[in-house]
Amino acid sequence: MKKTTSVASPSRRKFILHSAAAASGGLALGLRFPLGPQGAHAADATGAEINAWVVVNPDDTCVIRIARSEMGQGTHTGLAQLVVEELECDWSKIRLDFITAGQNLARKRVWGEMGTGGSRGIRTSQDYIRRGGAAARQMLLQAAADEWKVPVSELAVSNGVITHAASNRTTSYGKVAAAAAQLAPPDPKSLKLKDPKDWKIAGKPMKRLDTADKLDGRKVYAIDLKLPGMLNAAIKACPVFGGKLVSYDQAKVLSRPGILAVVKVNDNTVAVVADTWWRAKSALEALPIVWDEGPDATATSATIAAHLKTGLTSGDAYAERNEGDALKAIEGASTRVEAVYATPFLAHATMEPMNCTARITADRGEVWVATQNAEGSLAALSEESGLPLAKCEVYRHDLGGGFGRRGGPQDYVRQAVAIAKQFPGTPVKMIWSREEDQAHDYFRPISQARMVAGVDGAGNLLGMHIRISGQSINAYMNPTAIKDGKDKRQTQGLWTEPGDAQLGYTFPNFLLEYAMRNTHVPVGPWRGVNTNQNGVYMECFMDEVAKAAGKDPLEFRRAFMAKHPKHLAVLNAAAEKAGWGKPLPAGVHRGIAQFMGYGSYSAAVAEVSVSAKGDVKVHRLVLALDCGHAVNPDQIAAQVEGSVVYGLTAALYGEISIDKGRVVETNFHTYPMLRLAEMPKVETVIVPTYDFWGGVGEPTICVVSPAVMNAIHAATGKPVRTLPLKNVKLV
Amino acid sequence: MAKLNINGKVRDVEVEPDTPLLWVLREQVGLTGTKYGCGIAQCGACSVHLNGKVQRSCSLPVGSLKATDRIVTIEGLAPNASHAVQKAWAALDVPQCGYCQSGQIMAAAALLAAKPRPTDADIDAAMTNVCRCGTYQRIRAAVHLAADTAGKAKA
Repeated sequence: MKKTTSVASPSRRKFILHSAAAASGGLALGLRFPLGPQGAHAADATGAEINAWVVVNPDDTCVIRIARSEMGQGTHTGLAQLVVEELECDWSKIRLDFITAGQNLARKRVWGEMGTGGSRGIRTSQDYIRRGGAAARQMLLQAAADEWKVPVSELAVSNGVITHAASNRTTSYGKVAAAAAQLAPPDPKSLKLKDPKDWKIAGKPMKRLDTADKLDGRKVYAIDLKLPGMLNAAIKACPVFGGKLVSYDQAKVLSRPGILAVVKVNDNTVAVVADTWWRAKSALEALPIVWDEGPDATATSATIAAHLKTGLTSGDAYAERNEGDALKAIEGASTRVEAVYATPFLAHATMEPMNCTARITADRGEVWVATQNAEGSLAALSEESGLPLAKCEVYRHDLGGGFGRRGGPQDYVRQAVAIAKQFPGTPVKMIWSREEDQAHDYFRPISQARMVAGVDGAGNLLGMHIRISGQSINAYMNPTAIKDGKDKRQTQGLWTEPGDAQLGYTFPNFLLEYAMRNTHVPVGPWRGVNTNQNGVYMECFMDEVAKAAGKDPLEFRRAFMAKHPKHLAVLNAAAEKAGWGKPLPAGVHRGIAQFMGYGSYSAAVAEVSVSAKGDVKVHRLVLALDCGHAVNPDQIAAQVEGSVVYGLTAALYGEISIDKGRVVETNFHTYPMLRLAEMPKVETVIVPTYDFWGGVGEPTICVVSPAVMNAIHAATGKPVRTLPLKNVKLV
Repeated sequence: MAKLNINGKVRDVEVEPDTPLLWVLREQVGLTGTKYGCGIAQCGACSVHLNGKVQRSCSLPVGSLKATDRIVTIEGLAPNASHAVQKAWAALDVPQCGYCQSGQIMAAAALLAAKPRPTDADIDAAMTNVCRCGTYQRIRAAVHLAADTAGKAKA
């Protein structure tokens, strides 16, 4: 086969002509079809806007506006269920419409926060979106009442059909929508929302609204976007964090087919721009680059571990909790239990690597991106382009995985904009290779914990001292959240305060400390954030102390949970479903754990066997969750099942190690993922108490690892104190 | 120039022979249902059928393909998503983010073509694609459901 190229010439002059022609066509397309002509969510919303959340078309279809991002967690379906429940429209006739960050800005944030992280998608918007649905229903009914000149109280509505029984008249939402849109909206506070006991759509296992497009390849993820005249960019940042780009020899690659330019993106990153991404990426690999790797080029996992170890006993820690006198109580105890635990850096490894398409002109900036924070993307676009926010727009694509990676930093948006600025008017799609994605994540922070407990001769726990040493997410991303030296986020799940991430135990004497030990490695939120590490430390150590006290792990926990009835109820639900205490097949052992995060209570029981060679097999996991209200039980189960895979992958294999200042595990051959054959049977027990709104996407991950580790402890008689398990000799 | 038989249509593509089939499908042919995940045949997001067998297209240079080789992508698996696997995936709401699901569905369809009644062990061996959202439990159930419905349709 002859080596050919479909680009006539990479000459600058021809290129400019080509891209200018493409830009005019592309602009029109972009304005009309922000997600492209195949955009999965191009809802027909030409009818009457009743309010920001509800548009009713003449054919009775109801368009529900969605502000939050979908990354697989089912939030779009759940949000629609809540609006429709109050709106009383026909579930089979709804369409979803996805507002942009620019629209939200232009309408003074009428749709509220767009950020989708911290398991907040439903719990922090449920109140105002339900009121939006209820207000729209009231206006539609009022419009019918006005038309018929009857009191609105005499009307009934079901599935978008309005009935006046006394006069035997019916109409539909589509027919009265135009009139309803003219009415003054009711005061949202005046609206009475339904009692969840009366829910017909919310609270039910409705099918997802977004499945069909995911079955035949038609869904357009951001990485799939194609715009007229679009160029493709492959990118490489200095492999050592904090290093700089010194120079590159573009002459070595410019003559390759399809290559248009090699560009400096910022002071540590270079990109190759070509007609296709494959050509760009291949050229980038052949591009000679000189880096200044900076002062951290000698860092290794060993030097980082030694740095963290100093924090386990240092004098610079702050006390997040100090109840009674734990040190004295431990000192006076007949039995002292002490253990040091450690968890590694982890990468998010979303299946869709980071990518972003940008088009920048002198007076307009646009990006097409998978984002958990569209308004953050808009801000990044504005800052990097120098264009005011009002001249910028972010077109959202559903995410091929998020897990926290696509929220805060928006580094990929800044990079795409920096590249596209150098090709005014031409859309440029930047895609990271998997290797780049692994090397330049914002990793789950590394930490260690020194756990000490004192137990008396009767097996009573007298005091506990926890010292966590590790890298701070806030110090890296959000320093203003550290107030008076207190970095509360690092002790997530161990807090005193109820409601979000409260520890489910009350100890007679308790000292909880955190010593900050930062590294040069970027860190950020990773599905479940610090509840994962802290859940391992607390719950595995509880088993160690229970063993020292000669007590059953479940009974031992219950003794400290009298003041934590919701934690206890969830723990009991998991234990009961799993048959705690009942016989198991030979060689199979159980472990239990409970923890709280994101406003929800979680517990797990794992059934595990360990072979004579030390291989772990996880047979079954029972998880119980109290998330307050359960908007879609089937999707909650899906999230729990998914959290098991995310948590087990981390427990068994997950480790980002550092050598020569850079990431060692650059693809799935060295950063392995759990596969289907290793999937245990997962049983989900939802125990909603209907008196609060908790999260779902994250809470259950943190109990997966400790339940499995405790089962291994039960199987081998030896506690497991470090992860991942692939590095631990179990027998 | 290479001649490729994709979803029953023979197409000419102008591309270097070492270009992986994945990128030819996505960038030259415009079929973006086949996904890039790792580029080293580890994750299976790029799975297609080559002469009826599942194949990871990210590591398959187009220069190694002949015009007589039959390539089927997710877009060409069945009209209107009517394959038993696609229907089972819909019935059990298997996808979460959905990014890996084209590859999962192609792997499952190839498995059922070879073994209409797969055991759990067969599914374990054949379904090695990575799903980060963690849909494995539903994938297993959906493969069995697809086998059941396809079996009934033939009976």
